[in-house]
Amino acid sequence: MGLELRGITKRFPGVLANDGVDLTVAKGEIVALLGENGAGKTTLMNILYGLYTPSSGQVLIDGEERRFSGPGDAIAAGIGMVHQHFMLVPVFTVAENVILGDEPTKRFGWLDKRRARKTVREISSHYGLDVDPDAVVEDLPVGIQQRVEIIKVLEREARFVIFDEPTSVLTPSEVEGFFRIVEGLKADGKGIVFISHKLGEAMEIADRIVIMRRGRTVAEVMPSEIDEERLAELMVGRPVELEVHREEAKPGAVVLSVADLVVLDDRNQRVVDGVSFEVRAGEIVGIAGVQGNGQTELVESITGLRPSVHGMVRLLDEDITTRSPRAIHRRRVAHVPEDRLGSGLILAFTVTENIVLGSYYESPISRGIQMDWDEARARAARLVEQYDVRTPSAEVLVSTLSGGNQQKVIVAREFDRDIRLIVAAQPTRGIDVGSIEYVHSRIVEARDQGVAVLIVSSELEEILALSDRVLVMFRGRLAAEFDDSVTATECGLAMLGETASGPS
Amino acid sequence: MTAVSTASDVKITARATPEQRRATVIGTVLLLLAGVVVWVFGLGVESGARSTFNLSLPGERIQDLSWAVNSRWLAYLVAAVVAFLGGWVLRRSHLRWTNLALAIGLGLFALAFLTWAAAGKSFSLVGMLRSTVILSVPVTLGALTGLMCERVAVINIAIEGQLLTAAFVGTIMGSAFGIWAGLVAAMVAGAILGAVLAVLAIRFQVDQIIAGVVINIFALGLTSFLARRVLAAAPDLNSPGRFASIKIPILGDIPVIGSVLFDHNMFVYATFVLVLVLHLGLFYTRWGLRSRSVGEHPKAADTVGIDVYRTRYLNTILGGLIAGFGGAFFTLSQVSRFEENLTAGIGFIGLAAMIFGRWMPLGALGAGLVFGFARAIQQKLGILGTPIPSEFLSMTPYIVTIIVVAGVVGISRPPAADGQPYIKQ
Amino acid sequence: MSDRVPSPEDTSASNWLDRATGVGTSLGRALMLPALAVITALIIGAVIIALTDIDTLTVWGDDPGEAFRLTLSGIGDAYRALFVGSLGSWRAITETLFAATPLILAGLAVAIGFQAGLFNIGVNGQMLIGGMAGLWVGFSIDVPAIIHIPLAVLAAMVGGAVWAGIAGLLKARTGAHEVITTIMLNFVAIFLVDYLLKSSIFQQPGRNDPISQPAGSSAQFPRLLGDYRLHIGFLLALAAVWVAWWLMYRTTIGFEFRAVGFSPSGARYGGMNVAWIYVAVMAVCGALAGIAGANQVLGLEPYRGISNFAGSVGFDAIALALLGRSHPIGVLFAGLLFGALRAGGREMQGAAGIPIDLVLVLQALIIVMIAAPALVRAIYRIKTPDQELETSISAGWTK
Repeated sequence: MGLELRGITKRFPGVLANDGVDLTVAKGEIVALLGENGAGKTTLMNILYGLYTPSSGQVLIDGEERRFSGPGDAIAAGIGMVHQHFMLVPVFTVAENVILGDEPTKRFGWLDKRRARKTVREISSHYGLDVDPDAVVEDLPVGIQQRVEIIKVLEREARFVIFDEPTSVLTPSEVEGFFRIVEGLKADGKGIVFISHKLGEAMEIADRIVIMRRGRTVAEVMPSEIDEERLAELMVGRPVELEVHREEAKPGAVVLSVADLVVLDDRNQRVVDGVSFEVRAGEIVGIAGVQGNGQTELVESITGLRPSVHGMVRLLDEDITTRSPRAIHRRRVAHVPEDRLGSGLILAFTVTENIVLGSYYESPISRGIQMDWDEARARAARLVEQYDVRTPSAEVLVSTLSGGNQQKVIVAREFDRDIRLIVAAQPTRGIDVGSIEYVHSRIVEARDQGVAVLIVSSELEEILALSDRVLVMFRGRLAAEFDDSVTATECGLAMLGETASGPS
Repeated sequence: MTAVSTASDVKITARATPEQRRATVIGTVLLLLAGVVVWVFGLGVESGARSTFNLSLPGERIQDLSWAVNSRWLAYLVAAVVAFLGGWVLRRSHLRWTNLALAIGLGLFALAFLTWAAAGKSFSLVGMLRSTVILSVPVTLGALTGLMCERVAVINIAIEGQLLTAAFVGTIMGSAFGIWAGLVAAMVAGAILGAVLAVLAIRFQVDQIIAGVVINIFALGLTSFLARRVLAAAPDLNSPGRFASIKIPILGDIPVIGSVLFDHNMFVYATFVLVLVLHLGLFYTRWGLRSRSVGEHPKAADTVGIDVYRTRYLNTILGGLIAGFGGAFFTLSQVSRFEENLTAGIGFIGLAAMIFGRWMPLGALGAGLVFGFARAIQQKLGILGTPIPSEFLSMTPYIVTIIVVAGVVGISRPPAADGQPYIKQ
Repeated sequence: MSDRVPSPEDTSASNWLDRATGVGTSLGRALMLPALAVITALIIGAVIIALTDIDTLTVWGDDPGEAFRLTLSGIGDAYRALFVGSLGSWRAITETLFAATPLILAGLAVAIGFQAGLFNIGVNGQMLIGGMAGLWVGFSIDVPAIIHIPLAVLAAMVGGAVWAGIAGLLKARTGAHEVITTIMLNFVAIFLVDYLLKSSIFQQPGRNDPISQPAGSSAQFPRLLGDYRLHIGFLLALAAVWVAWWLMYRTTIGFEFRAVGFSPSGARYGGMNVAWIYVAVMAVCGALAGIAGANQVLGLEPYRGISNFAGSVGFDAIALALLGRSHPIGVLFAGLLFGALRAGGREMQGAAGIPIDLVLVLQALIIVMIAAPALVRAIYRIKTPDQELETSISAGWTK
């Protein structure tokens, strides 16, 4: 009795995403599906959920083969999916989102909103989810939004629930709450698939761990039989350095100083609410925190992309609070942006054009308004070589590069200057392990050469691995500051606004 | 664990938020308007001049209702109120009411303007309001078309072309087979163009604005071509009948309001009803919820099993039916004769009305009335004989559109997926 | 977000059309699509001619054979006139180039906007205002032609740039979408020009209708080849094509324009002031449209301003820019093609009695094909080439 995927293969043009994958999930069992970005986990689950059709292979539920032509069929078969990027309509209420697609109606299609609310309240209380049916989703914190997704799944009486990277948006404390919910579902007899790249969590919650690599299942283990290092090795296929080797920092003068900064988001909320800190030359300061606590806007404000309404940002002795992005860039600040595809690169431009994106207006790339493309191409060729960017040539569109190589283009462009400050936001999000190692090593290298580095990341391991000092951001403020001896637990508490001596 | 460190030597500055800056601009504008009212509308008329607003139309039960007012005094009064509003907005103490103050200020300015134009003469205010309602109909219908499409994230620039083609088809079929046949044919024509837009945008993933502009060019060219080749040869095909005015009993006899709201032809009543139906439909029915979800977050809709493509096709074609209805209004009620480029940009004004009305049916109605008023000014003031040259009066609706679009964008949010084709894996 | 290996280019040509036109190569592909679009449009145009020939239609009931013959000869007459009028004689060729001149300039005005992600539908209004400015210089001063003409053209460029700049400024400061603002400004321009033409500054003394004084003879564009109407405006258009190409692909300004067109957020991150770039783009487009406007008043009889002297050039320009894929060279060829259609269309109207609006219909059909490459491929069963990234023109009402 249960869910079985047998021999699933899925081909996209030029890519074999799944190659003969087998997976079983029994009732009341939690299976963790581990693998690095691009291993094929999400593709597999999208097949299970009816969003893709397999090129070959079968999906069996309770021993019977099922074919899904769309999510509707999968839902009808009792499969529910909680997506990594929530499938919630931001402007709808919780109740509207939950009933979407399965609406209770009166005559003429008139919505029965009372029944909708009642259903939400019932499910919410049964599983301890505590959600207000009339709240508008975009006003809710991310952790609560995820609960709405879960209620959606439960409303349709799912027997099998798939969670796709569920903890990537949660604080460590919210993760605990999430695990309790999952255990409640398990106790109710649901079969659960938990997709992740976070080894520790998989080991904590799963009954069984299945590891995927390059579209295949390469191992299946019990959490009790294995440790994180071995797991990582299985995921990547070779021994992996989980630690970043770095020497003791030798911090110099203060390069970046932020004082009492207040920034509004697009809806005029104070998303950065009085932040102050410093970054010295030759040190790496990491800002930890779950997405949505103001880090994005903080970085945008420091780099000139978003105006602040109060406070000051200084670069060495100069007040750069109201300076434009270009002015800040010219003052030898490198910015590796969070939104690689939307901001960091222009996808329809070639690699060469992207390489000169920050320097096209200066000699030698241009003289006056005339551009010197020979110079540009020469620089691009040099940087592609130097930063190990895998591309057939520098004249291809940068959109054809893999995520990791795209990030290398950005890093090459930004670091290949005489810089004194690096601001890197989510520098290794969504890229392969090899590129992650590369980017980390370049960052440490820069720091050793006396550059001040500010890193913002929602991956706590990355912050802990790289930073000489750790700041934690929570609800627009810096909740805590630690040196590099801090543990993940201490950080985790701070990410919830609590210190060891109780809530602050 | 250490406490949060603060940098020494902090110089704290506060800079204005966009809301505050906007309030400053609007407050200043209101003060300037007050100045114009005093200078031009107040001092610019003779001291004893009276503006007489007629409030009854010939043929009504109660006759000779009018309101005469001293032109100068009214101007001064308006100026005082507008100046007060301007000053109050400038204080930036209640930013939420800035827009309302602006709306009131503009409304009063319009009143002062009319008073000035009518100084020493009499002017049919009822006639003006009635024209406002009538002239607002095609704009509102255009806005409703636009919003039906945009609520499912399809930008419809082709409204102009839909109106024009429907007007053309309406006149031919209306002349040949009667006004009801003409109406139906016009609506079908609008729906067909809507289907073309849908196919281009959804199936072939043409850029939606390009597809819209193309359809407009095509419609203009085809209707002009056919008008010259076919209609010129057969003028009988260009004289359809008209839908007659129907006065609603009792309600239609109320002084002033009766003539303005309850004595119109079918098109006007249908527009009001349509606004209500769409409002209820979009926000209280399953169809509305699903449609809106497709426009806001098509992927979410897809993952719960809603057919995104079908919803988009359906709603775009329904929008086309509405546009067809609007096009029929031109030849089957108002002008009753097709001419080249009859619609003169009303489709685009409808788009502006849609944005102004925040993509809501009731908003579309309100915005349509505002534009209807601008068009009514263009017509009525020509008759009054003001010192303003007729060409400038003709510009009024278009300039008003520009101001509205410039002032309102960024304040109202379109459906989140607007303009993006949906690509299923 | 995933780490995929890029797909190898699929070069297998699957049918005779692919092999014949070398669809694997980018030049072949670039030319084939517009060519097919034009051919298809002509075919559909023929059908429309046939279906609207009312006199012949009535014959079908009596004598289908005769009707068929009449229909074919009607289509034949029409297209023969089209050809003769555009390419059939020296005179025809100069007429084609003459008609192409404003189209090329206006097409560039739209194409540069497209490359920067802006939809410039206001070419009509920009031509009018620019033309009026050039006209005013034309009759207000009296200097030798070698100064007068450049001055007039410059005035036209400034006029057009200012008019377009209004829309650009509105977009930069308020985010107002340029589709609506430029169309509205078109209407405002028409009325404004009508007013000016009846005002004492412009109006021809002794006339009551909107028509202006003539431009001085030193401002009138000199003809190039004896009696034919072709004038130096054509050379100006060619120069503009070259300048546009140089601007977009060889200067930092063009780099910025294109960056903003592909990704405003990427451009902003790269330090570009996107708002001001929008204004600059519109100004450049307006200047080009202004030259086109000057062409209309200073390049042809009666060297005066009349109501709506821009005609339909503004809308044709949109078709042109799409046909030419927004590339200056493409616009040049598209302009020549449309000039041919115009010159031939006039002949078609005169000799075969087909209203010239058919040309508008043909143009619209061509654009539909161009804007929907998938449509053409579906019709002719051609394989999809690898990814072609288009500019981000429509991303909703707020950018």
